Amino acid sequence: MATTPQTLFEKIWNRHLVRPETSETPAVLYVDLHLVHEVTSPQAFTELRQRGLTVRRPGQTIATMDHSTPTTPRNAQGIIPVLDTQAQAQLTQLESNCRDFGIPLFALGSENQGIVHVIGPEQGLTQPGMTIVCGDSHTSTHGAFGALAFGIGTSEVGHVLATQCLLQSRPKTMEIRINGRLSKGVGAKDIILAIIAKIGVGGGTGYVLEYTGEAIRALSMEERMTVCNMSIEGGARAGLIAPDQTTFDYIKGRPRAPQGAAWDAAVADWQTLVSDEGAVYDAVVVLHADELAPMITYGTNPGMGIPINGNVPTAGDMADESARAGLAKALAYMDLEPGQSLIGKKVDVVFIGSCTNSRISDLRLAAQVMQDRKVASGVRMMVVPGSQQVKKQAEAEGLDEIFKAAGAEWREAGCSMCIAMNGDQLKPGQYAVSTSNRNFEGRQGKGGRTFLASPLTAAATAIAGVICDPREILG
Amino acid sequence: MNKFIPYTARFAVLPMENVDTDQIIPARFLKTTDKVGLGDNLFSDWRYDSNGQPKPEFLLNKPFAKGVEVLVAGTNFGCGSSREHAPWALQGFGFKAVLSTYFADIFQNNSLKNGLLPIVISPETYQLLVASDAPNPGHATLSVDLASQTVTLPDGSTMWFPIEPFAKYCVLNGVDQLGFLANADSDISAYEQTHATRVDTVGL
Repeated sequence: MATTPQTLFEKIWNRHLVRPETSETPAVLYVDLHLVHEVTSPQAFTELRQRGLTVRRPGQTIATMDHSTPTTPRNAQGIIPVLDTQAQAQLTQLESNCRDFGIPLFALGSENQGIVHVIGPEQGLTQPGMTIVCGDSHTSTHGAFGALAFGIGTSEVGHVLATQCLLQSRPKTMEIRINGRLSKGVGAKDIILAIIAKIGVGGGTGYVLEYTGEAIRALSMEERMTVCNMSIEGGARAGLIAPDQTTFDYIKGRPRAPQGAAWDAAVADWQTLVSDEGAVYDAVVVLHADELAPMITYGTNPGMGIPINGNVPTAGDMADESARAGLAKALAYMDLEPGQSLIGKKVDVVFIGSCTNSRISDLRLAAQVMQDRKVASGVRMMVVPGSQQVKKQAEAEGLDEIFKAAGAEWREAGCSMCIAMNGDQLKPGQYAVSTSNRNFEGRQGKGGRTFLASPLTAAATAIAGVICDPREILG
Repeated sequence: MNKFIPYTARFAVLPMENVDTDQIIPARFLKTTDKVGLGDNLFSDWRYDSNGQPKPEFLLNKPFAKGVEVLVAGTNFGCGSSREHAPWALQGFGFKAVLSTYFADIFQNNSLKNGLLPIVISPETYQLLVASDAPNPGHATLSVDLASQTVTLPDGSTMWFPIEPFAKYCVLNGVDQLGFLANADSDISAYEQTHATRVDTVGL
């Protein structure tokens, strides 16, 4: 008997139904892995305490410190000093919450600490077919492994701590197919910025995205994470990429990857996690990799992106009055003119880091550009590895020396200037090219102005001191 | 969470699209470990100047904003991060509902968990509200009734709005969802018995 073809999303969703959705109630969805950090969890633990509840599955929960942690270099005692008393209180509270409820914690300065979306994959915790949640919208990152992964609020953090489940209505599905091959100097960040520029910051609302096509298949796992990471910037809570040999090779041998016979069984199962031939998506969007150029944003949301050699839109390019008002407001904030080119625009700061682009391959790309070159005078360049493990690896490869010799700051691991709640921030009016994910007003510091771009573009800009097409430097 | 009681309230219009959670409550205010006081920093970067003084031209600093209970905003309100501090800050200021042509998923979820109603309106209704507010900003009223899922607009007309049945039940009755989930315990246990644990974080 023929079965109805299913999308990858449907397969994972169905596997995790504790109770199906009814006309009256949402589905009860089981969560395989819960990632916790200091900023969105304190009120959830308070709720548990007030109700006398325990954490149902501490062994399916992992905590790290990343958002409010400083990334300043260690002191003579090897300690990363936290000078902000409010941040310190939040970190102390996470420590006591993890201790009281039995949750493993990667504390500040410890060898595995890092950005929550870097450490999951690094430890082999992120695996295909899983459901993964975290009180952080960039949880979509883990979808790169063919896991259904999405951000939740603090109330829901409490739900998962207490019950290992969430109440969820089933989202719709959207296939985003990227045909063809990327040209030199164009990478994963450019793909996702181009997608968001096409569908808009609300275009994916209510959908789970599945990225397919030749260009996606050709990406490494870290590049796939960059793509899935920014699904939320298109409004989609989750983005998926079906697992394949690239995925299995990445996971194999990591600390919590299955081993021996369990590995073979896991891979056999993971190989079934693909959208079936003939499976129907609620929407389909197609892009051609060959047509993509390095992308950069000009405005105050991630959908305001253009090819780096293009021009800032004008009012005439906008669909309606509201969009024209949005453009005018964004350009006023950015102090840019409609129709201008961004190439040659002077910048004050270059930030390489964040859960979007702080992994070893990102740092290698940036280092390749920085090798034997100098950061332009008047530019502050920060390179912030995503985790202590990434930092260690980069140092083993000598990448830190390349950055330092170029005049860049080599920092401790954390969210850093992406969220600007940890001391790393822009000054009012400053321009930054950032490899992070959000260019909202004030996101990187009150009054700061952000251009989002790839690690290659960011590094090329650091050297030039002005926004620069990385293809010119790569030759 | 309190039970929902139908109300008539004045509204404020923020005619901007894609209002993100970093505008609603900037990240630097997320270092708190409770929910208290976030309303003071609602829309902080738009509301206060670099010396921390209120900017008189910003919507919520106008005299009429005192006591306003409903926010009407442009499309895709609440996009960006998952911070539940966003609805906490809106409620802290005194808002009971936000009306927009659509909401970002996570913001909508978070709002409903706290009894802040994200009410989806048509572009026409949005225009009508903007127009009825314009002559005397912040003075027109609207009424919200969750049981019938209706908003009575300033011109006396009534519009219906969608809401998930379960979220409606919870907000109407002041019930939170954790209790419901906790009652699913036997089903969760049964699921766990038939589905092997995928990972173990202990000892990492």
